[in-house]
Amino acid sequence: MTQVVEMARLMQGNEAVAEGALVAGVRFFAGYPITPSTEIAEIMAERLPRMGGKFIQMEDEIASLAAVIGASLAGVKSITATSGPGFSLMQENIGFAAMAEVPCVIVNVQRSGPSTGMPTAPAQGDVMQARWGTHGDHPVIVLSPSSVREAYDLTVRAVNLAEKYRVPVVLLLDEVIGHLREKVILPAPGELEIVNRKGPGVAPAGYLPYRPDETGVPPMANFGDGYRYHVTGLAHDELGLPTNNPEVAEQLLLRLHEKINRNLDDIIMDDSMHLEDAGVVVLAYGATARSAGRAVREARNSGIKAGLYRPLTLWPFPARRVAAVAEKVHTIIVPEMNLGQYRLEVERVVGDRDRVRGVNRVNGELITPGEILALLREVV
Amino acid sequence: MGEQSELRLGGKGGQGLILAGIILAEAAIRDGKNSVQSQSYGPEARGGASRAEVIIGDEEIDYPKVSRPGVLLVMSQEACDKFAGDLERGGVLIADSTYVHTIPEVDGVVYKLPISLAAREEVGKEMVANVVALGVMARITGVVSRQALTEALLARIPRGTGELNRKALDLGWEMAEKILH
Repeated sequence: MTQVVEMARLMQGNEAVAEGALVAGVRFFAGYPITPSTEIAEIMAERLPRMGGKFIQMEDEIASLAAVIGASLAGVKSITATSGPGFSLMQENIGFAAMAEVPCVIVNVQRSGPSTGMPTAPAQGDVMQARWGTHGDHPVIVLSPSSVREAYDLTVRAVNLAEKYRVPVVLLLDEVIGHLREKVILPAPGELEIVNRKGPGVAPAGYLPYRPDETGVPPMANFGDGYRYHVTGLAHDELGLPTNNPEVAEQLLLRLHEKINRNLDDIIMDDSMHLEDAGVVVLAYGATARSAGRAVREARNSGIKAGLYRPLTLWPFPARRVAAVAEKVHTIIVPEMNLGQYRLEVERVVGDRDRVRGVNRVNGELITPGEILALLREVV
Repeated sequence: MGEQSELRLGGKGGQGLILAGIILAEAAIRDGKNSVQSQSYGPEARGGASRAEVIIGDEEIDYPKVSRPGVLLVMSQEACDKFAGDLERGGVLIADSTYVHTIPEVDGVVYKLPISLAAREEVGKEMVANVVALGVMARITGVVSRQALTEALLARIPRGTGELNRKALDLGWEMAEKILH
């Protein structure tokens, strides 16, 4: 058996996203470059045409996601990358992708906001927007990496989840991880699972585009393959045709959520350190988890029984797992480069606001290990 | 946690400090070590404050930013004023005396070298001042080997500029030799 050993190399987070997307099978990128995500577009522009793929620089981010949705309907794995201001413009089409069940991945490398904020400064202010930015009760999956290697792995995973569940997946980075360069050794080809969407098992005449199979997800025909059907953001029946029938509309909405909710174990990924005997846990994601990791190690060195819980899947919220962590500790500390967006969700699950403490920054700088350590010392 | 070297390179946008940081981090990997490189810069393409940070170590590096650099390179007065106070006790401050004229009191060793001027006059292009600085830093601190640094440099630069860059690196190395002896 051939064993391929890859060289360790210095790789940037944004570069890892682009490379991960290509390995996952993405062959279409439409976007509008914006700091701090621009390197993703640059690399895709260089690489995709040589691989038989397409790169289009669009007139804005609304059109970018529209093009991505169109390409995906034609059967091509598709992705776009942006930052806060562009992510705001994409919200309308994220809802469309959720409603029409079009697989797509939206990378948001977060910068300081609101509005155009501080373009080169990191933030984590789009956590709630990633979940609730578009209107209506919609399903969405949001993943957030804390290292360059994880950015690679989670990009592959994001594409896989989009294809498997026919849902928009948001990959939420922050400027620190997007621009960070780290030593990485990439997995050998074939080491990571690659998922392709399920095609229709029937001839065009018998195809019902929105009839789910046993998994709750409808098999998806590619436009251009002879399967003609209607795609709409309106509530629709199994033929894809608009309807105002309350029963049909409700069944659709419930199914859109059910296909995610019944597969939480597949979708939710997390990581932890020293939870076994921890009395206090730091819950952190993205770049902030790096500061948290250092703070927990230093706390342990000074005899504080601290642990780290790191959700890689931010949404759907890992409620059961957070509740299990909360049961064993007196305090959960949630550091974030925002004013406490994810903390709200932790408080909801813990049920006792006094046991959840935040460390928050909105000045465009990464929270330091020292700030988290100071609170760890205070609460024990 | 094992020993790790924390370096900060501060100056203005356009001086190539982020590229210098990348080359340092890549040289460290060639030396078989672990490294991370991060940066902080303004929205301007040139002229704004710019800084690159590199951490080199043998083990996993969690927090990727530098708070107390053991090695600080400053290539503008503004960067010197802003960062000199962050220097770790007993650390090394390398100042490009072409642009840095006053250096505040620090608890460490200060090396003043006309890095940009030497690049301009001896290599003929101030553009390679960042590479001269790399030679200076590597010789003074030993954080990366000369061979790894040379390889990492040659792998990163545009085709046709090898000789120019090699000359700049050697110049930096020699300037450091002179100041050390």
